[in-house]
Amino acid sequence: MLEVCGINKTFGGLKAVTDANLSVSEGKIVSLIGPNGAGKTTLFAVISGFLKSDSGSVIFNGTDITGKPPHWICQQGLVRTFQVVQPFASLTVRENIAVGAHTRIAGRKQALARAADVAKLVDMDGMLEQSAGDLTIAGRKRLELARALATEPKLLLLDEVMAGLNATEIHELLPVIRGIRDSGVTIFLIEHVMQAVMSLSDYTYVLNQGVMIAEGEPKNVTRSPEVIEAYLGHGAAARIAKMAGGNA
Amino acid sequence: MNERTRLFGWILLLVTLAVVPLFLHSARWIDFLEMTLFVAVLGQGWNILAGYGGQYSFGHALFFGTGAYIQALLQVKFGLSPWVAMWFAVSGGALVGAFVGYLSFRYGLRGSYFALITLAFAEAFLVLSRSLKSITEGGQGVQLPLNQDPEQAIATFQFNFAGPFLSEYGFYYTIFIILLLAYGLTAWMERSRFGAQLVAVRENEDAAKALGINAFKVKMGAICLSAGITATCGVYYVQKFLFIEPGIAFGPGKSVEALFAPIIGGLGTVLGPLLGSLFIHGVGEMTKATIGQALGGRPGVDLILFGIILILVLAFLPRGLVGLLEAIWKRLTGGRNA
Ligand SMILES: Nc1ncnc2c1ncn2[C@@H]1O[C@H](COP(=O)(O)OP(=O)(O)O)[C@@H](O)[C@H]1O
Ligand SMILES: [Mg+2]
Repeated sequence: MLEVCGINKTFGGLKAVTDANLSVSEGKIVSLIGPNGAGKTTLFAVISGFLKSDSGSVIFNGTDITGKPPHWICQQGLVRTFQVVQPFASLTVRENIAVGAHTRIAGRKQALARAADVAKLVDMDGMLEQSAGDLTIAGRKRLELARALATEPKLLLLDEVMAGLNATEIHELLPVIRGIRDSGVTIFLIEHVMQAVMSLSDYTYVLNQGVMIAEGEPKNVTRSPEVIEAYLGHGAAARIAKMAGGNA
Repeated sequence: MNERTRLFGWILLLVTLAVVPLFLHSARWIDFLEMTLFVAVLGQGWNILAGYGGQYSFGHALFFGTGAYIQALLQVKFGLSPWVAMWFAVSGGALVGAFVGYLSFRYGLRGSYFALITLAFAEAFLVLSRSLKSITEGGQGVQLPLNQDPEQAIATFQFNFAGPFLSEYGFYYTIFIILLLAYGLTAWMERSRFGAQLVAVRENEDAAKALGINAFKVKMGAICLSAGITATCGVYYVQKFLFIEPGIAFGPGKSVEALFAPIIGGLGTVLGPLLGSLFIHGVGEMTKATIGQALGGRPGVDLILFGIILILVLAFLPRGLVGLLEAIWKRLTGGRNA
């Protein structure tokens, strides 16, 4: 469904993403993990058309979408959410979601009705008339998700929707995301919360300093020495192995 | 406030505006009402782009002046009927809007940059209209020939020598109909996909783009609509005063008048510009009659007062008079109808 080939992106002298390759197949939940500053958000921005890559290509459903504008990519069925939530603050929850719905629906009444339906999917149906500016972080994250869903995507890119949520809120959100997948939307997500990555994803990519260092099923990937080093620092894998050996 | 109450309020307001001049047999008061409605339309033009779209223009005189000059010149130089000229005037204004919008929005100019671009274009047109004497008659302005034949009143769109009703009320009902059209259009926009997308772009352009909105296209639509309505004010002005000159057309006066009313009345609301204009003109008349008189009729007292009112509104009424009205209504109904 999504093929990313040889993406390079630099900011001035900084190599944010180097030769990134990945693919996401239909009906799956695929995750992208990596330490802060690894280039995950940058890669999402390139895929969704917000940033132009220096080289490489992005193929979505057989269409080359490299360098196309974000609104066009969204209309093709690929939508992103923002790590730093971007609500339409002076609008209500319903009006926020309706903006997404308008991508497919011309009528105002129908879009507002559709917004109420989408709100149900993310358990926001009790807050429809609340102002988006008054929502808690958890509420804003859900709204971000709901707005994106309302555009009726085929592929949903989620950038750290769990960040800033407490354990209960994360626990509540997991089945919501699974439900979205089960309704036929493929999901590609960036996540820091390991519990979420392990329990949700079918496949995982690991990015470190702009380079893809590992991929595979989440439980295998998190055991890989390279990944442990990326997260815990140089020599960590060796120390852990040594500790494990000593204990045996 | 629910839809029903709102609709009822609108009908009440519009019916009042429709009949009130019939009870005023004073040319001065009818003139006062005309200017109030004129500024209410001018303000709505600005409000569509700035209030709904978040693109603050400091040069809306550009569109007013373009409309006015096209309306005047097509009649004087080409002998066109005013009823034909007005279509060129309105589309000409919209076209200039499209041109400025294309230059600004293509290159992502926002905020103060956009404000400066519009101001610069208005100033450039001011200079051009003064210097291109062969086309615009330069600084002396364009004077429309006065029609004194009552039979030709409608054909020439001049009501000075028309029959008793038209000569008294003709221009009042002209601007009233223009107001109905402009406000109807705005109300329609507010309830349409285009309006929702425009507001989304104002609130957060990146989020809007991510949700499939072509922000460039939406802003272009807004500036054309805004400029077209503003150019209509130019048409009205020329027909009423039969005269236009560079300073009136492209000077900062009209640009400021266009933004005063909606800011005081309530940005991004249909009612805001009308409420703001009623307030401004009401207060203006009162100051002229009281403080102005006391100070010996010196001009400018009302302007100082407007400055103070503007600051007070910005500080205490972020949603303008409409916001105040809604708060009062909520209080009165105990929040039941909120
Ligand atoms: N617009 C930008 N301009 C300059 N540098 C940027 C920009 N966006 C991101 N970066 C840099 O690129 C690197 C990757 O950032 P990012 O993609 O946000 O990482 P992640 O999402 O994995 O935490 C960081 O070093 C960041 O400072
Ligand atoms: Mg990030």
